[in-house]
Amino acid sequence: MKKIVSPMAGTVWKILKSVGDPVEYGDAVVILESMKMEIPVDATSQGVVTKVVAQEGDVVDQDTVLIELS
Amino acid sequence: MDLYDDLDQRIKWAMDGGRNNPKSAQLLEGKLFVRDRLSLFFDGGLDMEDGLLAGAEKKVPADAVVTGIGSVGGRKVAVIANDISVKAGTWGYQTLLKITRMQELALNLKIPLVYFVDSAGARIDEQKQSYLGRTAWGNIFHNLVQLSGVVPQLCVLFGPSPAGAAYIPGLCDTVIMVDKKATAYVGSPRMARMAIGEDISEEDLGGARMHCTLSGLGDILVKTDEEAIAVAKTYLGYFPASFEQKPSVVEAVANGASVDLTKVIPPDQNVPFDIKALIQGLADDGSFLESKELFAKEMTTAFIRLGGRGVGVIANNSKFKGGVLFNDSCDKAARFIWLCNAFNIPLLFLQDISGYMIGSSVEKAGIIRHGAKLLSAVCEATVPRIAVMVRKAYGGGYLAMSGAPTKPDAMLALPTAKPALVGPEAAINALYFNQIAELPPAERAAFINEKRQEYAKDINVYSAAADPFAAEAVVHPNELRDELIRRFAIYSMKSSQTIRRRNAVHPV
Repeated sequence: MKKIVSPMAGTVWKILKSVGDPVEYGDAVVILESMKMEIPVDATSQGVVTKVVAQEGDVVDQDTVLIELS
Repeated sequence: MDLYDDLDQRIKWAMDGGRNNPKSAQLLEGKLFVRDRLSLFFDGGLDMEDGLLAGAEKKVPADAVVTGIGSVGGRKVAVIANDISVKAGTWGYQTLLKITRMQELALNLKIPLVYFVDSAGARIDEQKQSYLGRTAWGNIFHNLVQLSGVVPQLCVLFGPSPAGAAYIPGLCDTVIMVDKKATAYVGSPRMARMAIGEDISEEDLGGARMHCTLSGLGDILVKTDEEAIAVAKTYLGYFPASFEQKPSVVEAVANGASVDLTKVIPPDQNVPFDIKALIQGLADDGSFLESKELFAKEMTTAFIRLGGRGVGVIANNSKFKGGVLFNDSCDKAARFIWLCNAFNIPLLFLQDISGYMIGSSVEKAGIIRHGAKLLSAVCEATVPRIAVMVRKAYGGGYLAMSGAPTKPDAMLALPTAKPALVGPEAAINALYFNQIAELPPAERAAFINEKRQEYAKDINVYSAAADPFAAEAVVHPNELRDELIRRFAIYSMKSSQTIRRRNAVHPV
């Protein structure tokens, strides 16, 4: 199982993928809001979304798991 | 045997190193033999080599290291190159004498010194004469420090560099690492298991990719020995022979793509974009050499040429972590500034910065110390320096990115620039804190929104340009390249003085 984690502290603004969606390396899967910027979180590996851990509006720390891939 | 045949045979034996030894086959797998590396690197091989016959009495060809001087792109460069095929490239007593002699020679001749590192470290059976005392392996590091900032010191890590030897990459200006081959660690995986019970692979503990991505020890990750050598040559092309000279300005190459840069920079300040597209749009074609591409990606550092003149670029990259300043991004930029300033390479800052990262994790990790380091490097730099406000230029981040108060030679701005002490969100909440609290909760959002819009309208490039020093010129992005070329040509004539003192007390 591969995990996509938050690159920095912030708020989860948009979740772009749902369970079952295929994801390619480099695809944006979540957009964080942090330091007044929209921060796209890119997939660091490819796979299929098995679990969306984060919810929109969540306040997350750096390295918090956002999405899990197969 | 004939006296002269004897000499020929001894030379051949030393030149062959361990390349014909079956035991070395594994060590050379997927690698070039040291002398083949040198043939690729130097215009016509080495002009001179010292100590070729050293180590022969121990049956260790050249004592596992080649030291010499040759020409690279027509300029003299000194080299110290380990031979992994001989005793795994380990250091003996004669290795130490050869290495330190070439370091002293490079210092005296004021020519760049390149370390081709591929060595299993110190030879334990020769420690008695080589470890303690005034003539010992540690002299290598002492000399590295003496040479730092006098001549360029480049490390190409082709293979291992364990324990003490890891401080060669640690002390060089820049480190090129070959993926899957280069390693550096203070303690090996075996030692990690013995000392702290950690079970970890060599690649995860000290591999090239780890160092280029996470530790920051590696600057440029390459795939092969050949690529490493090609990059080393390109890199040296940006540098003068020593701090006493200026880098050569080569023939200008046009920026052929002529990308419309107004399309590259999103006017919406909250939308991230890859600053490298802007840098590429400014640079001479084919001149982009990025340092630490994989490390602290929110800060881009690269060598480019502008009209043939080499320039070091330090740029906030909002594509990663919003371009915010973190501890690692500050370190990355500070080191790059020191490197360029040491060797008379002008600096170009591209600002798109909402500030230093906020929160307990960065505070505990010492972001103030690291931010102070960057500020210190910027304020100490005396080379020609131009800063360009590309988009956001907020607060402390603006200063750390060579804002006008840090006295760059020019502070330019694009029409998309947004200079302010703080952004609209934070500003309104601070300015109207009491008023907001007194309002009925239902009216607060509308009030805040209205005030933010007023504030946002007020922070624009022309309010900054009203002060002639806050923005010396507001430039169309498609005219920025020519503006920079003209200005760097002028500022390259400037005289600069360093303050008389022993050393500044640098934050780290």
